[in-house]
Amino acid sequence: MTRPRPQAPFRLSALALAAAFAVSACGGGGTKETKASRTVIQNKGSDTMVNVAQVWAEEYRKAAPGVEVEVSGGGSGVGIAALIKGAVDVANASRDLKPSEAEQATKNTGKTPADFKVGYDALAVYVHKDNPMAEITLEQLTELYAEGGKVTRWSELGVTIPGVKDDTIVRVSRQSSSGTYEFFREHALGNRDFRLGSRDLNGSKEVVELVGTTPTAIGYSGMGYATASVKMVPVAPKAGAPAVAPTIAAVHDKTYPLARSLHLYTLGEPEGAVKAYIDWILSPAGQRVVEDAGYVPVAAGAAEAPAEAPAATETAQPKP
Amino acid sequence: MDTTARPVRPRAAVLGEKALEAVIRLSGVSAIVFVAAIFFFVLREAAPVLFSEGFSLKQFLFSTEWYPTSATNVRYGTFALTVGTVSVTALAMVLAVPFGLGAAIYLSEFCSPRVRETLKVVIELLSAIPSVVWGFVGLTVMSKLIVSSTGAPVGVNVLNGGIILALMSVPVIVSIGEDALKAVPDSFREAGVALGATRWQLVYRVLLPAAKNGLLAAVLLGVGRAVGETMAVLMATGHAVHIPGSLLDSVRTLTANIAAELGEAPSGSDHYRVLFLTGTLLFLITLVVNLTADFIVRGIRRK
Repeated sequence: MTRPRPQAPFRLSALALAAAFAVSACGGGGTKETKASRTVIQNKGSDTMVNVAQVWAEEYRKAAPGVEVEVSGGGSGVGIAALIKGAVDVANASRDLKPSEAEQATKNTGKTPADFKVGYDALAVYVHKDNPMAEITLEQLTELYAEGGKVTRWSELGVTIPGVKDDTIVRVSRQSSSGTYEFFREHALGNRDFRLGSRDLNGSKEVVELVGTTPTAIGYSGMGYATASVKMVPVAPKAGAPAVAPTIAAVHDKTYPLARSLHLYTLGEPEGAVKAYIDWILSPAGQRVVEDAGYVPVAAGAAEAPAEAPAATETAQPKP
Repeated sequence: MDTTARPVRPRAAVLGEKALEAVIRLSGVSAIVFVAAIFFFVLREAAPVLFSEGFSLKQFLFSTEWYPTSATNVRYGTFALTVGTVSVTALAMVLAVPFGLGAAIYLSEFCSPRVRETLKVVIELLSAIPSVVWGFVGLTVMSKLIVSSTGAPVGVNVLNGGIILALMSVPVIVSIGEDALKAVPDSFREAGVALGATRWQLVYRVLLPAAKNGLLAAVLLGVGRAVGETMAVLMATGHAVHIPGSLLDSVRTLTANIAAELGEAPSGSDHYRVLFLTGTLLFLITLVVNLTADFIVRGIRRK
């Protein structure tokens, strides 16, 4: 898998770097872009988006060979914190920027963060594949996960898990830096706090893995992470209302109660290589990656729009 | 003019020696300086929160409610985390001390030189395994073993973390413990044998009392290793904030909590400062452990 790194471009970039230093030393604002070298875009943030972001980076290398995108995860909060410090060019976040964060970014860097919606994610409620549960309501999720909730056993939800003696529910949650955690708290728990004692895992995939190996577990994670050993439970907004399974159609028509948008944030309106990259992500090629990863592209028509149109940024919604 | 043939050392050698002496002295003093500086900087990051509104030291120390990012009611209670650290460490010591001291006694008194050399190499290898690798072992191998042998719903829990930490501290206890036993003069052994003591009586009645201080130091270094360990417990304990009711409950430790949350906490926020305060708390815990040990050792010496 390792790509042999060609020697010549490296030397060129070293030269270019030296040139850039020289330029900045002369008082000119040195940028990371020079014609001869590879441009590096630093990209960090949401663990939910890290797989998609990595495929974007790889695909984009084919589309624009001179640009390298370095992707890392850590959680939406981590990405945004890095953006506020000016340490990354693009932050991935699976939640909206908080007003306090936008304020801090403006205070720190003098630039207003720009927001690009690049896809949707439906947060699925996962249980073990042998769990017979047919649907769950948001109230039940609150009783299960929120502070002061009463439900601790599957029998209290009317569910009998085959072959299990102790049916205590193993609640699987996320660490508090995760955008998934905050989204779930806001949309499933009505902003009430989580009840303590849940297993707070560090990644979207780990949640699904633990649920897949634990018959009495319940967890939440992006719908792109489903495996053969887990089941996605349809969610009803309230008791009596029809439960909706997390599907692309249900996310688009907003009937699925636990859907959220995926964002990219930049400091100020993006320019140059960063702008080209974001335009490409919003183009059909970039949106296909979103779809392939199990998420939902921004617009139903995005995948059908004419290709080779990096200027088509109607879907981008830069907010002030 | 003094021209007698008194051998005069070259100036360079004299200066070199002086310089070397200064360097050594500096290294000695620097340990104190570094410890003081680290404590100072950690405390400096933490201090403002002590005077911040909505923070109470009582809550920090004795509340089990850890809600650093709550949307409605932020609470910083670390008691459950302290209990997590203590429970995992205690279990690790219950497992590691008998094995560690047993191995040290075997190595120093009972085995042939050939076996000893092999074992020492292997034990040193054991201590060279990075903690993240131990974490992987806990997360994958150990957790499956625990689930299949105890029927626990989840394999990442106190038992898992305790076993992993025990495995990590045994090499420390063995090598320091063996040194301590080796340091007991052979005349003690000879005297014991001359009095007709069996090997076991010799170990139990003569060597263990004689090497008490060193063995205590070995155990305490093991405790230090267990309390401070982060990565392995982060992966093996399940990361759940609550007071464990049994060995098969998941817990979160102070160190794992800092590692998991410091990256996201905006610098300068209350959350960030409380995490530094947690660091200070850890520092104080180890300080108390070490001081207690010191007093015990002094007490023993006085007798």
